[in-house]
Amino acid sequence: MNNILEVKNLKTYFPVREGVIRKTVGYVRAVDDVSFDVKPRRVFALVGESGCGKSTTGLSVVRLIKPTSGQIIFEGEDLSKLSEEQMRLKRRDMQFIFQNPYASLNPRMNVYQLLAEPLKTHFNLSPKEQDKKILDMLDKIGMTEDQLWRYPHQFSGGQKQRISIARALITKPRFVVADEPVSALDVSIQAQVINLLIALQKEMQLSMVFISHDLNVVRFISQDLAVMYLGSIMERGDTRLIYEHPMHPYSRALLDAVPKLEPGKKQKRSHLKGEVPNPANPPKGCPFSPRCERAKDICFKEKPQLLEYKDRFVACHYPLED
Amino acid sequence: MNTVLKKQKHVKQESVLKQLWQDPLGRLGFIGVSIIVLLAIFAPVIATFDVAKIHSKDALQGPSATYLFGTDNFGRDIFSRIVYGARVSLVVGIVSVTIAAGIGFLLGLIAGYFEGKTETVIMMVMDVLFAFPSILLALLIVAVLGTSIVNTMIAIGIVNVPVFTRTVRASVKSIKGLDYIANAKSIGLKDSKILISHIAPNSLAAFTVQATLALSSGILTEATMSFLGLGIQPPAPSWGSMLSEARVYMELAPWMVIFPILFIVLTILSFNILGDALRDVLDPKLKL
Repeated sequence: MNNILEVKNLKTYFPVREGVIRKTVGYVRAVDDVSFDVKPRRVFALVGESGCGKSTTGLSVVRLIKPTSGQIIFEGEDLSKLSEEQMRLKRRDMQFIFQNPYASLNPRMNVYQLLAEPLKTHFNLSPKEQDKKILDMLDKIGMTEDQLWRYPHQFSGGQKQRISIARALITKPRFVVADEPVSALDVSIQAQVINLLIALQKEMQLSMVFISHDLNVVRFISQDLAVMYLGSIMERGDTRLIYEHPMHPYSRALLDAVPKLEPGKKQKRSHLKGEVPNPANPPKGCPFSPRCERAKDICFKEKPQLLEYKDRFVACHYPLED
Repeated sequence: MNTVLKKQKHVKQESVLKQLWQDPLGRLGFIGVSIIVLLAIFAPVIATFDVAKIHSKDALQGPSATYLFGTDNFGRDIFSRIVYGARVSLVVGIVSVTIAAGIGFLLGLIAGYFEGKTETVIMMVMDVLFAFPSILLALLIVAVLGTSIVNTMIAIGIVNVPVFTRTVRASVKSIKGLDYIANAKSIGLKDSKILISHIAPNSLAAFTVQATLALSSGILTEATMSFLGLGIQPPAPSWGSMLSEARVYMELAPWMVIFPILFIVLTILSFNILGDALRDVLDPKLKL
């Protein structure tokens, strides 16, 4: 199967500047050598705790942040080699859904203007065709025509996120990065927005990178999964496989932290100790070594490679076997 | 279906003036400004005497039925001079603010959006302009260009550019970091389009308030310059020059001072109130 997107050795570093002359004294390695593939019409999930670089990875993939190095190959074309203008035109096919719908919609534009803008940018439609597409999209996100003239502040959070999904999908892209699209929303409407997103993903045959820290949502929505920690991928593979049998101690700890609704059943849990290290000054060996119960000498000295191991990729010197 | 969409768009646009009228303060400011504007437009009809006509017999007379606001030291009718003075004040205020706001807005947008050398150069020039006391700078420009009403307007305009540049640059910088600008970029909009349809409209709030403040300060600067003798040249009436001439007779004929001041204060107050109300109306978040 051909991949729609291949990310190879992506690195995004942010300089740390100090002093009056703003001298660069170091780098925050937000994304440190990340590689993954997204298969057509599948949802690839990136999970990890806050600050692990999932959002930066997402933003770097669509070049909203310029990566420091690495290749991003979209439909066989290396995006890092495109000029700004070529990249701008490419955005018709690859879109980004932002985390916070309260901030990602221009407060001075009504829904009609918000939805018309991407169409005007990438297509040359007659007013009639344009209106038809807008009404069509409006119907897909479950809104009515009289809501077309309202402004973002007149909508609830869930409605706003539906509008921003519509704005991202109205150009009929083939690939979308969704950056925690429901984490800013009330729990009661998260499911509604997730269901809409999945329905549209199926209907429009989208390939998607879904960034989240909510493991229950990820299990429900994605087919492939990568677990990130401190800018690196710890484990990558089929979602169901990793959920049933995590092989990296970090994936295990993350999955154990999810509360399960099975009354009376006491479960064994591995608890994480300590804090996430500072990405400006990461540990020398395995990034997870200071918090890992199983860490041995080599873990503190040598960073493990992401290697194929039993149908998946794991970056650990001593993967869990049981 | 198409026609329905168009019609509703139209309805939405009509309501700005209406909303301004519904706000009590907005109405007050609107009425105040309208009075001054009408005064200026219909000056020849309203004025009871020729502004330059000297009635030497009636010099320094208090307000009466003939001379509504009294007469000055030459016996000229103060009421008529104030009515004509409104023309000068308004034209100078509006033209100079248009110059300042236009240049300042453009420079502010550019400086705020494109960082680096462009910004440094623009802001350095602005800082140099800012370093001069505004009256001194305006006088300097008029001294170089020569005294005329046009040069007065240019001078006041230039003096006000840095304030606009700074205000707009600050709003642009804060807006630039917001998600909806990243969103516009992810949609694939050009830089110019992002500037025009996303950043510019959202930086208007501070800009509108600044514009009305500058309008009042422009009127005030013109009055000051005329007061110092480098603004509007006699016998043309301007509120500032009237004040300037009156200062010698302040104790003898207080009406010569009171009426120009009253009109300066009322005009500036009306514009400030209107500007404040306008800002509220233009902000969609404050609409219900």
